[in-house]
Amino acid sequence: MTQLDRPAAGEASAADGRAASIARGRRTPDEEALEQRVVQGIWGRAWKKLRKDRLSMMAATGLAIVVFITVLGPIFADLVLHTSPESIQRMPDGRVAVLQPPSSRFLLGTDDLGRDVLTRLLYAGRVSLSIGFLVAGISVAVGTAAGLAAAYYGGWVDDIVNACIQFIFNIPGLFLLIILSVIFQPDVVMLSLIFAFFFWPGTARQVRGVAQSVRTREYVVAAQSLGGSDLRLMSRHILPNISNVILVGAGFDVQAAILGESALSYLGFGVRVPLSSWGNMLTGSTDMFEKAPWLVYPPGAMIFITVLCVVLLADGLRDALDPGV
Amino acid sequence: MHKFLIRRLIQSALLLWLLMTFTFFLTRATPGGPEAALAEAPKYTAEEKARIKARFGLDDPAPVAYVKWISSAITLDFGRSYYYLRPPFDIIKERIWPTVQLGLVAYLFAFIGIPLGVIAAFNRGRLPDVGIRTFTVLWDSMPTWWTALVIITILSITIHWFPQGQGRDGPIDWLTHIIIPAAILGFGGVVTFTRYLRSQVLEVLGQEYVRLARAKGLPEYVVIGRHILRNSLLPVITLMGGFLPGLLSGAALMEGIFRWPGMGSLYLEAAATRDYPLLLAIITMLTIATLIGMLMADIAYGMVDPRIRLSQT
Repeated sequence: MTQLDRPAAGEASAADGRAASIARGRRTPDEEALEQRVVQGIWGRAWKKLRKDRLSMMAATGLAIVVFITVLGPIFADLVLHTSPESIQRMPDGRVAVLQPPSSRFLLGTDDLGRDVLTRLLYAGRVSLSIGFLVAGISVAVGTAAGLAAAYYGGWVDDIVNACIQFIFNIPGLFLLIILSVIFQPDVVMLSLIFAFFFWPGTARQVRGVAQSVRTREYVVAAQSLGGSDLRLMSRHILPNISNVILVGAGFDVQAAILGESALSYLGFGVRVPLSSWGNMLTGSTDMFEKAPWLVYPPGAMIFITVLCVVLLADGLRDALDPGV
Repeated sequence: MHKFLIRRLIQSALLLWLLMTFTFFLTRATPGGPEAALAEAPKYTAEEKARIKARFGLDDPAPVAYVKWISSAITLDFGRSYYYLRPPFDIIKERIWPTVQLGLVAYLFAFIGIPLGVIAAFNRGRLPDVGIRTFTVLWDSMPTWWTALVIITILSITIHWFPQGQGRDGPIDWLTHIIIPAAILGFGGVVTFTRYLRSQVLEVLGQEYVRLARAKGLPEYVVIGRHILRNSLLPVITLMGGFLPGLLSGAALMEGIFRWPGMGSLYLEAAATRDYPLLLAIITMLTIATLIGMLMADIAYGMVDPRIRLSQT
């Protein structure tokens, strides 16, 4: 079968099988195949476009490397470096290796307690990345659901969602986060939940705006008049057409969560010691910088690389998924 | 306009009340509250502890304490700081001015974003545009606190000096101390302004009235000044209000790092010592500042844009 006559064949058999499908109350295999091809159409096309975009592919590779080394890093530290994040390192002569500059023995040096910076950096990456992606996941799920419902139903649903968005936007977030952190001393999951609480309105507002315009498009109205249920209309007809907005929102959430977590942890109100994150590795170390400048660069550089890759990738995905182009 | 204003004022008051109530009960109802801190203090006898509790109103059941607190908070009386043993508002008054200085200088820096955005839009796709956009993406991916630390490190290694605190020996000393934190703070605004201006100018450039202005033979500076810039600069006013919350939280970071004696570093100190009356007072003041900023931005936007003004009435 050639590429050209595929749609015709699909349509024909879909029409033939309609009576049967109505009788059986479910879709025919042909319809399913057609549908699958349509779904593949969006993602397949996006992937094709994305592969040609050199910057996005570089960002994707960079992100993959960061994830890879933070996931496998602890194993590497255990087997190759024979270190753990809390263990105190010693020099060959038995002294505790305090503030050793980078060398072949300690690739990124050691900190003021004699711990290996590289090992801590790898372990910290797990915490920072988990928070980044967890926050984005929760925020996108809640924000998309809320924004979609607000745009689809309108009326009082819209009013309530809007009121929540307005309310959370006007809260001085960092300051409330600090109070919450002082009182609850949150762990990683709790911290992510608190961050997500402040982040979902951003996604919801974006989704609501785009979904409102998609909601009134002809194909949505057509699907509705054919008797499509609310859930089906939202998930099958509106959602795929706003996927680029959602993905950009997710990218933005990861960026803001990683940066926000690092700032909060740096101040001493985020991830708590003994757990290390890219932010809290530098807490209270300002006084050591003249003696040990090598401590300053690695955590920030890791955050910078990670966030940059996420931002560029999200940007590339938006262009690739833009149905208009 | 009046109806809109009244509705916004009611909304703002409601938000303020909700936030005050929420934070108050937060500090009351949880372990790790003031009672816990007091119970941990070993050097006090039971009698002294009872006296301290009575003095700070910790004996009252939460609802009574809440009514007492919120009714006096309306008159800006937030009780007594646990640490300074003075009314929080007095302490805030001493620390608010340095934060305002920092914020204003940061705003001055942020305005660099306006010409940058315009330049980027007029050179779309060419070198200046690519350069400016690369800068915004890079700056946005850098943790600002880390940028500050790197600058401190470089300064302390090369010239063995880095600005800490507020310079008190004349204007030059003041300037050398404020310039780095304010610049780092302001560059966040530069990025926001640049992006916004770029997309605004690009949008206006595609409008028909710009084509018409060119078509009727107006000199280019009139087209740019009167038709393009005027229409794309107006929405910046809303940004200035919206930038305020970010400025305040950014200021807290910079104040903490550079030991700038403002509200932000006061807040961090209060959080570290669990000085709840002071924390509640500062967060209330900051929320009021944020709400006023947003409200003024909305009003200003309504005044300069006739379409908004008419739709609000």
